[in-house]
Amino acid sequence: MESESLILFFIVAIILVGGAIIFSTLVAPNSFNPVKSEPYECGIPSEGPAWIQFNVGYYLFAIIYLVFDVETVFLFPWGVVMKTIGMRAFIEIIIFFFILGLGLLYAWKKGALKWV
Amino acid sequence: MSSNIYDFSKLTGSVHAWLSGLMSSGWVTFTELVLVGLVFLLLYALLGLFLVYLERKVCAIIQNRIGPNRVGKWGIIQTIADLVKLLLKELIPIRKSDPLLFNLAPFIVIICSFLAMAALPYAKGLQAIDFNIGVFYVMAVSSLSVVGILIAGWSSNSKYSLIGAMRSGAQIVSYELSVGLSLLAIVVFTGSMQLSTIVESQANGWWIFKGHIPAFISFVIFLIASTAEINRGPFDLAEAESELTAGFHTEYSGIKFAFFFLAEYMNMFIVSALGATVFLGGWMPFHIGNWEGFNHIMDFIPSAVWFFTKTFFIILIIMWFKWTFPRLRIDQLLTLEWKYLLPISLFNIVLIAFIVLMGWHF
Repeated sequence: MESESLILFFIVAIILVGGAIIFSTLVAPNSFNPVKSEPYECGIPSEGPAWIQFNVGYYLFAIIYLVFDVETVFLFPWGVVMKTIGMRAFIEIIIFFFILGLGLLYAWKKGALKWV
Repeated sequence: MSSNIYDFSKLTGSVHAWLSGLMSSGWVTFTELVLVGLVFLLLYALLGLFLVYLERKVCAIIQNRIGPNRVGKWGIIQTIADLVKLLLKELIPIRKSDPLLFNLAPFIVIICSFLAMAALPYAKGLQAIDFNIGVFYVMAVSSLSVVGILIAGWSSNSKYSLIGAMRSGAQIVSYELSVGLSLLAIVVFTGSMQLSTIVESQANGWWIFKGHIPAFISFVIFLIASTAEINRGPFDLAEAESELTAGFHTEYSGIKFAFFFLAEYMNMFIVSALGATVFLGGWMPFHIGNWEGFNHIMDFIPSAVWFFTKTFFIILIIMWFKWTFPRLRIDQLLTLEWKYLLPISLFNIVLIAFIVLMGWHF
């Protein structure tokens, strides 16, 4: 089978979820109550919206991740041809990792890896 | 050679030939697609139900309890009863939540885990799609589920959900690096990303043995990082029940909650299957050097049995983690990844490249 048949798996997954949700809405009880549809907050009335300013720490890690993930994507083609190219690929990856390691060290020294 | 007696390509080939005798080629393709879809749907549902049961039993054994034992023999139908119960529960809409994203999230997590199932080699000749970038594909698709988790947490309009989703986002993206680098180790050894080629290359020994100590380090890093990537304990900060109620799926009820639950267990199966395929030889039987008799007996065990045995071995290790270690704090979690696992795996890759360069592996 070719990669086009991924569409098949996509459709089957949608049918699985959609079918179950439709079935559930048909057979499950349904009653409206304003208190029931409140977002959960320890049983007391919820205070204000949840969409508020958030700790910047998560965002910082996402940015560092972005840099390193692109590097990982570059490494996979290198991994495939490493055996055939040999010495030159090995020297290149050492230079690559040296630069990458400097980046990690910089982020480390700057305190970007420290949770605040 | 007896290792070919359990080849599934003969079975699929004969099904194809039988269907071709019955109808025109267009309908044959259509019927085969429907068959493959049904088989995977069945496999997905059965594995999910069984894994939930297994988790409860393993947890019970570790905590010196009996576990589910009322519904059916040894409580084996317990999860089916739970599923029926969840199907009959009301789907509660949350006030001021984002209805479109709120309903979209379960679809995304299930689609991601289902797509990853497509590329795994279950037995000799039994693989739905054999990509030439198989390892990369499974890694990429299974890590997409973080989008579903973030959407679920954000759209619920609940503080617990939002905190859980944010933690989950930071955690999954961080640990994905280590998963990628540990899998890269075996890609360097094999020179291929195709899962069937990686399995074939382990005919004379699994990579965890053939690759000396660096391959073993990669395997350990893979175990730790993938446990974190699928949000399981001791890394289950995203749904830390003692502080966040249920984390990102606090507001989900009924069958929508069941899908998050199912996706979590299926992701565990997928990473275990990937680990078993890449490090432990997939469906390849266990052979010892030139012990002809022993190797011959091992060949008689079907390849699917080997695959599922290895996969469940890793699954049991991951479950053992959850019920043994206390939960980490978010700063400990990120320190572990960025200051320990990532530098170690970068160094490990250089070591493996050196071994491959020198031709020191078997």
